[in-house]
Amino acid sequence: MLVTTITILAAILVLAAVWMLTNNFFHIEASKSGIDADSHDLGIMPKSNVLFGTPIPANIDANKFHRLSKGHDIKLVGAANGEVENIRTNRYAVKPTDFRGIAPIPKLMVQVGDEVKAGDPLFYDKSNPDIMFVSPVSGEVVEVQRGAKRAISAVVVLADKADNYKQFSVPASDASREDIVNFLMSTGFWPFINRRPFDTLANPNNTPRDIFISLMETAPLATPVAIQLNGAMDDFNNGLSVLAKLTDGAVYLGCDSSDASVANAVNDIDGVEKHWFRGPHPAGNVGVQIHHIRPINAADQVWTLKANSVAILGKLFRTGNLDLTSVIGLTGAGFNENKYIRTPFGAEVGSLVEGNTSEGKFRMISGDVLTGTQVAAVGFMDANASQLTTLSEGDHYEMFGWLLPLSPRPSISGTYPNGLFKEFKFEPDTNTHGEERAFVVTGQYESVLPMDIYPQHLLKAIMANDYERMEGLGIYELSEEDLALCEFACTSKVPVQKILRRGLNMMEEQS
Amino acid sequence: MGLLNFLKRIEPDKEKSPFLHTAYDAFFTFAYTPNEVTHDGTHLKDGIDLKRTMVMVVLAMQFCYIFGTYNIGHQHFTAMGQYMGFLEGFHLKLAHGLIKLFPIFLWTHVVGLGIEFYFAYKKGHSVEEGFLVSGALIPLIMPPDIPIWMLCVAVAFAVILGKEAFGGTGMNIWNVALLARVFVFFAYPTTISGDEVWVSGFETLAEGTAPEYGGWTYSMFDGLFSAMGLDTFRAGAGTIVDGYSGATPLALAYQGGWEAVTETYSVNQMWWGTIPGSIGETSKPLILLGAAILLITRIGSWRIMLSMLIGAAAMAMLMNLWGATPFMTVPWYYQFWMGSFFFAAVFMATDPVTASSTNTGKWIYGFLIGFIGMIIRVINPAYPEGWMLAILFLNTFAPLIDYYVLDANIKRRLARA
Repeated sequence: MLVTTITILAAILVLAAVWMLTNNFFHIEASKSGIDADSHDLGIMPKSNVLFGTPIPANIDANKFHRLSKGHDIKLVGAANGEVENIRTNRYAVKPTDFRGIAPIPKLMVQVGDEVKAGDPLFYDKSNPDIMFVSPVSGEVVEVQRGAKRAISAVVVLADKADNYKQFSVPASDASREDIVNFLMSTGFWPFINRRPFDTLANPNNTPRDIFISLMETAPLATPVAIQLNGAMDDFNNGLSVLAKLTDGAVYLGCDSSDASVANAVNDIDGVEKHWFRGPHPAGNVGVQIHHIRPINAADQVWTLKANSVAILGKLFRTGNLDLTSVIGLTGAGFNENKYIRTPFGAEVGSLVEGNTSEGKFRMISGDVLTGTQVAAVGFMDANASQLTTLSEGDHYEMFGWLLPLSPRPSISGTYPNGLFKEFKFEPDTNTHGEERAFVVTGQYESVLPMDIYPQHLLKAIMANDYERMEGLGIYELSEEDLALCEFACTSKVPVQKILRRGLNMMEEQS
Repeated sequence: MGLLNFLKRIEPDKEKSPFLHTAYDAFFTFAYTPNEVTHDGTHLKDGIDLKRTMVMVVLAMQFCYIFGTYNIGHQHFTAMGQYMGFLEGFHLKLAHGLIKLFPIFLWTHVVGLGIEFYFAYKKGHSVEEGFLVSGALIPLIMPPDIPIWMLCVAVAFAVILGKEAFGGTGMNIWNVALLARVFVFFAYPTTISGDEVWVSGFETLAEGTAPEYGGWTYSMFDGLFSAMGLDTFRAGAGTIVDGYSGATPLALAYQGGWEAVTETYSVNQMWWGTIPGSIGETSKPLILLGAAILLITRIGSWRIMLSMLIGAAAMAMLMNLWGATPFMTVPWYYQFWMGSFFFAAVFMATDPVTASSTNTGKWIYGFLIGFIGMIIRVINPAYPEGWMLAILFLNTFAPLIDYYVLDANIKRRLARA
């Protein structure tokens, strides 16, 4: 018995030594022939995902392909389909609360009753008076809605039948970076550029290290980028070339390896680099993509834009008009017809959904079910939203609901047989399914966050107001949308996104 | 709907009778999931919650409960040479086991939940579910004849000092069930150590006397059994067989190695669990079934279970190589046949609150529990089983392990800059 054990151990040791030696020899040979060892997989055994996983699509550089295994796709009923319909509602609004990082009471530049063109400034933030927030439509300013403590919640414009655009003079193609930035600020495009860390409005005084754009939408029932950019690829390419001038680094595109139509339509522009991703949600989140392409550190500033914003930028530089429209998917079980519509930003929700809503008590969400904001029928869509989702309200008691659930519900837990029915589409409600508790279960957040971050410990550091630990554990790399799936999956129903935003605000005050 | 309306009508007022409201709320949320909806965050939430997680663990333990109840009776009667076959005297064994186990189970929950209710009322939050699992574990790790007052003191110690003093569910450093056992072990050592305590009725009986089977519980069962024409307790009361030691396999292994163990117990007996021991720890297949449930539902960490197995096996192999004492010569794979290794690995070490919270930490944590627990078991004569102490020891160090794993994460991030 002893002899066999020792022989087996010795055999394992010899094999391990042989393996390590051959790997070392490969590396030595590679450095002799000038091959970059880091970017190639040098080793006697291929990686497990090469042996067993689906192979990388052809023409894609292995370094630029990122296979993310952690995460979870929540499949819901009510995906939108069909042709995009152009719709116009009576009223449109610009909500200061859509833009993170500005004061609750911005300075108004218009009064009730003023006539505005599409692109006329409505208000600006006192801390940065150059950045204009403009009207998406032309018409008459009819109302300035105020919320708590006289904060402005919406500036409402009664829209004309057809938009009358303000004409801007586009900078020449050899314009300096500073000229372009000033132009973007004055035309009202600037609020659609976010910065990381903190995921707030970009600072025009900084030159970003890189710019990141995600061409992959993985949120539940999200409008695919191919539909958002349908017919706008020329403008998109134009926008990319403008963005390439704004940064010294690269403009990175996070492309979807399962649907390469958009990525293939992107021209070869100097300074634009494509990276390919495959994986469940949140692989499409720009924060996750940044982490895998070129992670940010404490001192870095990067900018992020939505794909639709880049197309708007391209059109701005082509025509001199700021055409703030987006494709919105009407998704969820609360609609009779789940379709795509095209309308300017800030559309009145009630008019958008008129005649299309089903029976029952539904909550309407501008955005996706994980990160969107609740809107009432009298409310307005968020700026640059790409979906309006419905969820039935779950404000009812369920007998022994935690033990024998009466209706199927999405879950990452193994206590539900959901893993056996991977393609099943759920019709969930907004019930919390349990009360808030202290952190008990561990490893749950890490299983749905494909980043080298320990989210539970980060949240504990935020709750303890420990600035150094927050910074050390990587709060700069995160935004709410990255941890939204953690909040969904949490057994203890901890308000993760709220805590994270509090932490980000704390760190932003310090910097 | 009628029941719901009735319950809503009898709800005690939160201001006027807060303690009753807390108790009402605990039972109400047990029967009905609250009608709270999401706000300020994700709009839908996962169907899992803490109650469901805890109840899965309790369900996984039920096999051990059923077998343990029966085994109390089986050991009791085989000590007296009666009903030696496993299925003989089935009704008597089950009844005896229930009579012994049910008070332990009941009083654990009365004391534990009572303290939890009181603290929830005092702190103004709802009763938290953590005690469901601890309360289910404590009866399984106690000897069958433990005096109830001793059990209550131990549970009170574990819940007040081990859990509530740190902030309640999710905040405790040490495993609550193990604290109850360790309290009995150090405060009342004779009730939980030695050869005689693991067989029901053995310790209390003098040489040559028959057990009394007194009290209304035995009378009730005797009445039931005689009415059905089966054997009764009192009619067939026997005496302890001469030379019966009641020693568990571990005690025998310490004295004489594997040969001493196999003289008294066969390998099959040890595997299937018809041996003396704590109530829930003896039947390995049933514990492994519980482990399968915990692994499939991803509630129990496979990393901790696997690394504990590797750690224990590694130390047992080292002991085999050394071979200084009889116990060390027990072949390393037979070490798992004896004692409560599987129970500790599946139900005690995997407690998420007290274990390491990082995945890397879990590997180190489990491995060290296995490694150190085996040392305590084999080398120390005073502690026949090492897992309780090893787990409590590693509970103390789990935050330190996590600290270094997180420190490595922080350093990785800094190195990128």
